Amino acid sequence: MANHKNIEYVGDSRVPAKRVQNISPSYAEFPGKNEPFWPNFLLKEWMVGAVALTAFLILTVSHPSPLTDKADPTDTSFTPLPDWYFLFLYQLLKFPWASGDWVLIGIIAIPGLAFGGLLLAPFLDRGPERRASKRPVATSLMLIGIISVVYLTWAAMDEHKAHEAAKHPQGEAAAPSQPQGGEQPAADNPGAAIWQKQTNCQGCHGAEMQGGMGPALTSIGGTLSAEEIKDVIQNGRGNMPPGMFTGSDAELDQLVEYLASLK
Amino acid sequence: MLKQVYDWVDERLNITPMWRDIADHEVPEHVNPAHHFSAFVYCFGGLTFFITVIQILSGMFLTMYYVPDVINAYESVKYLQNEVAFGVIVRGMHHWGASLVIVMMFLHTLRVFFTGAYKHPRELNWVVGMLIFFVMLGLGFTGYLLPWDNTAYFATKVGVEIAATVPFIGTFIKHLLTGGEILGAQTLARFFAIHVFFLPGALLGLLGVHFVVIRRQGISGPL
Repeated sequence: MANHKNIEYVGDSRVPAKRVQNISPSYAEFPGKNEPFWPNFLLKEWMVGAVALTAFLILTVSHPSPLTDKADPTDTSFTPLPDWYFLFLYQLLKFPWASGDWVLIGIIAIPGLAFGGLLLAPFLDRGPERRASKRPVATSLMLIGIISVVYLTWAAMDEHKAHEAAKHPQGEAAAPSQPQGGEQPAADNPGAAIWQKQTNCQGCHGAEMQGGMGPALTSIGGTLSAEEIKDVIQNGRGNMPPGMFTGSDAELDQLVEYLASLK
Repeated sequence: MLKQVYDWVDERLNITPMWRDIADHEVPEHVNPAHHFSAFVYCFGGLTFFITVIQILSGMFLTMYYVPDVINAYESVKYLQNEVAFGVIVRGMHHWGASLVIVMMFLHTLRVFFTGAYKHPRELNWVVGMLIFFVMLGLGFTGYLLPWDNTAYFATKVGVEIAATVPFIGTFIKHLLTGGEILGAQTLARFFAIHVFFLPGALLGLLGVHFVVIRRQGISGPL
């Protein structure tokens, strides 16, 4: 370090000439092989970071982040779902004893006790013992908490899936990218040629009717009658806007007939 | 030359102890996965910080394209996702990183809990860590609205309505978050400000305290 005798300090906010070095306690009393953080440990630690980063990037590249339609406050058919790490709180409020008149149990009492207990854990669990097996109360409370959170998260996702499946009885919402059995579209049908021109429809239902943002149509005739299909095309349904079909009324009838034949 | 510059600064500011403190500590055997593979559980804190750094960097790049108003927010995210070079990667890292931070932080919290590392004299650092946890949840909640798609809008609506049922201060919390009676333009602007300025500021302060305390006290000993 440089020689500090040359420097004159003015006032009380000076940097002290003799500074107590902020060196953490030595681990010399611990048994075994200590090693310096810099550079020995850091040279190994970066490998953990590299493995984590690789896994992270693989996840990112293989799963593009989702983006649904632009927010539409008037859309009443959209089922809200919070991000997964809030689902346990969301699910808790579905219990009859934690909602309605008892909602304070769901939003204040239980989360307050759980997170308050977590926040103040060091002051509640004051014994000198550190091993989890020697602290049965703390350990079991934490295990109960983990199991509850995992169960509630699972239950919320399960319920959401069941709800979405009920909204689309064909089960198309569960696997929108999988063509749902049924006959292959007959290419010689005049309706098939009309479908090929409907880029609006293909934008959501897929060029091969395999589904996408909207449900698959490969077996739509098994679910909806010709009249119902025509009604949906003309008037829309759920997220589907009306009037996306382009062409004459005769062409619309041909397309409807074609779609109704897909069973 | 470099040495002269360093000495010039060190003579005036006494910076040597700052980096010596970071470089000169020892890593005990019981937390070193190179000696005991099971010690990988001690990596989760570091990985949380690593992903937090990725979140900050990717978030900074996202704000180069993102426009926080109701007309353009969704369009700018869509443009970022579909048109901008590597936009899908940057947004993907920010989106999935948000989940990964929560996972890593959860695992880190469990490691500290089950090894009893929060006991005397480290009580305060546990409390600071829990505050970091709450700030992270806040970042997750506010960031979720920003793409302004249906998922974001209705999830936030539910969240705000739940907050509004809190007795006495519920309406106040709701108005503080939404900036009015409805979830709209004001809300998006507020959530953007909270997500990008308020909470990251709090987070960096808390992280600084968390790290200074652990340098002061050292990591807890073997069980």
